[in-house]
Amino acid sequence: MQKFDKLTGPAAPLNMVNVDTDAIIPKQFLKTIERTGLGKFLFNDLRFTPDGAEKPDFVLNKPAYRHAQILVAGENFGCGSSREHAPWSLLDFGIRCVIAPSYADIFYNNCFKNGILPLVLPKEQVEELMKDAEAGLELTIDLQKQTVTGGNRKEYKFDIDPFRKKCLLNGLDDIGLTLEKEKTISTFEDAQKTKQPWLYG
Amino acid sequence: MSKPRTMFEKIWDSHVVSRNDDGVSVIYIDRHLVHEVTSPQAFEGLRMAKRPVRRPDATLAVVDHNVPTSHDRLKGITDPEAKLQVDTLEKNVAQFGIEYFGMADKRQGIVHVIGPEQGMTQPGMTIVCGDSHTSTHGAFGALAFGIGTSEVEHVLATQTLIQKPAKNMRVLVEGELTPFTTAKDIILAIIGKIGTAGGTGYVIEFAGSAIRSLSMEGRMTVCNMTIEGGARAGLIAPDDTTFEDLRGRPMAPQGADFDKAVAYWRTLVTDDGAVFDKEIRLDAKDIAPQVTWGTSPETVAPITGFVPDPAKIEDQGQREFITRALDYMGLQAGQRLTDVSIDKVFIGSCTNSRIEDLREVAKIAAGRKVAKTVYAMIVPGSGLVKEQAEKEGLDKIFIEAGFDWREAGCSMCLAMNADKLQPGERCASTSNRNFEGRQGRGGRTHLMSPAMAAAAALTGRLTDVRELVK
Repeated sequence: MQKFDKLTGPAAPLNMVNVDTDAIIPKQFLKTIERTGLGKFLFNDLRFTPDGAEKPDFVLNKPAYRHAQILVAGENFGCGSSREHAPWSLLDFGIRCVIAPSYADIFYNNCFKNGILPLVLPKEQVEELMKDAEAGLELTIDLQKQTVTGGNRKEYKFDIDPFRKKCLLNGLDDIGLTLEKEKTISTFEDAQKTKQPWLYG
Repeated sequence: MSKPRTMFEKIWDSHVVSRNDDGVSVIYIDRHLVHEVTSPQAFEGLRMAKRPVRRPDATLAVVDHNVPTSHDRLKGITDPEAKLQVDTLEKNVAQFGIEYFGMADKRQGIVHVIGPEQGMTQPGMTIVCGDSHTSTHGAFGALAFGIGTSEVEHVLATQTLIQKPAKNMRVLVEGELTPFTTAKDIILAIIGKIGTAGGTGYVIEFAGSAIRSLSMEGRMTVCNMTIEGGARAGLIAPDDTTFEDLRGRPMAPQGADFDKAVAYWRTLVTDDGAVFDKEIRLDAKDIAPQVTWGTSPETVAPITGFVPDPAKIEDQGQREFITRALDYMGLQAGQRLTDVSIDKVFIGSCTNSRIEDLREVAKIAAGRKVAKTVYAMIVPGSGLVKEQAEKEGLDKIFIEAGFDWREAGCSMCLAMNADKLQPGERCASTSNRNFEGRQGRGGRTHLMSPAMAAAAALTGRLTDVRELVK
């Protein structure tokens, strides 16, 4: 997994609430057996007409945001399906950080597994950053310090779970981490097998 | 005496393998369901790291999301991408030694229908699947939730997940439902009340006399849509209804083990005095048949209601969301819901494709005809549901009435196969999501119960089923 440390750049303003994972990546693009290559389908129905032409009004089609690595969005971002294709398509497009007042749980979790920081700030602060993003100002995210610096140098502090922060900063593979606990898992299984033998057919 | 605990806390505590000071825990996963869409990258990850599947015996795989539902499907899948995913799953289950229900197996069906059907889903278990509607299995008092593909790989490799405990919410539904009001109407009314993000961060326990009186099918419908209220998992305390349902199922405990299991399952219920972080109450008698009008499950109203006026919504984000939704749905503020005509009907999905749902549809459809302007399809949840329906003669009622009776799969709930809406088409659907494009680009979805969808099929418009059967 790619590390996440510090990021500076323009942020694409997607001023919508309840952006669901069907909107992030429609179902016809889930028929892949790869993790990569989904960036060109990100926000497909919002971004392209049915015949594949770009919709000029959509934020990621505007020259200032075509290479944005930050996305600012409204409440309940990523609701709906568990498809990890949503963060995969964001990452493949180049988005490394989403800023929103709230996320759906599964999407939020999936971001961390892919080196994307789903950053949470209070609604009023996200609205300020949305204005900065609309004005084309650059934002700076510092994960170590847990800060976002807005266009006018205003600094916002954000919270993050320490374990997730460590994994992002170091690009840790958590399967490897868990497998270090192999003995503890085996001990758990032995105890469970004694108490609930029917679970082990 | 130890502190009173909720059912969620009991199941959680009994699955903690290790715990950090900040509460982040490694929890053990008892059962893992796998399907063709969210697993290929996980198996590929295992192969690259040369890791085996830790418990093939606790894992079950099935194809459901993109399989055709046409009767000639065993001749082969024509969509090359869908075929590749199915072939990839077949290769993976063979390589890793996982039990698998393929299209030719009558046990094949929607992953959340077949788990309970086989007795794989049991109280007190932790169950995961790379699908958000895994919450369905909570109907049995199992802690069940959807995960992404990275976590699918994590479970395959370690049989555990790294999690933080959720908060506790209880939704109490008391009293008796009125005729033709169902479990679907209960859960739609709940989502209408709490909103699609109302349950974010919580596990919701559904309780109260109206929940207790539901069949297992009804309970599964309620828990299935918990995720549409933002909560990853729903729970219903196991009781005699649960135990009787499980008795004798192929993967359920057998003989003396079953009695031992029941004794354990009875201990799982929430203790008196356990604390919930949030509690919501609904009176069952106030719930009318529900129908959604917008592009989020929370945009719901009683069928006797009207399309709302976005101008009256104070919050700007919400106002813009509703304005956009009405535009997408082709509806006017103030329009009477029963005046909305429909083009298609979809009866199926992990929410409503079980035998009880089909009986409900047959009751409404018997001796009546699908409106000439409507194409209506019924997709059973599994091959076994289909077999049971045919044994009861329901298929004849459906076909006689003009419904298209199909093979098992997810079908037009998410439209990954050939079953989809065309732009602008309007559908009465028993599925769980009405997002833009969910059933096909430009398609317009109204969510409702099987009885309500059947009624809409017959009249060609959104219909109060209670009026139809008068």
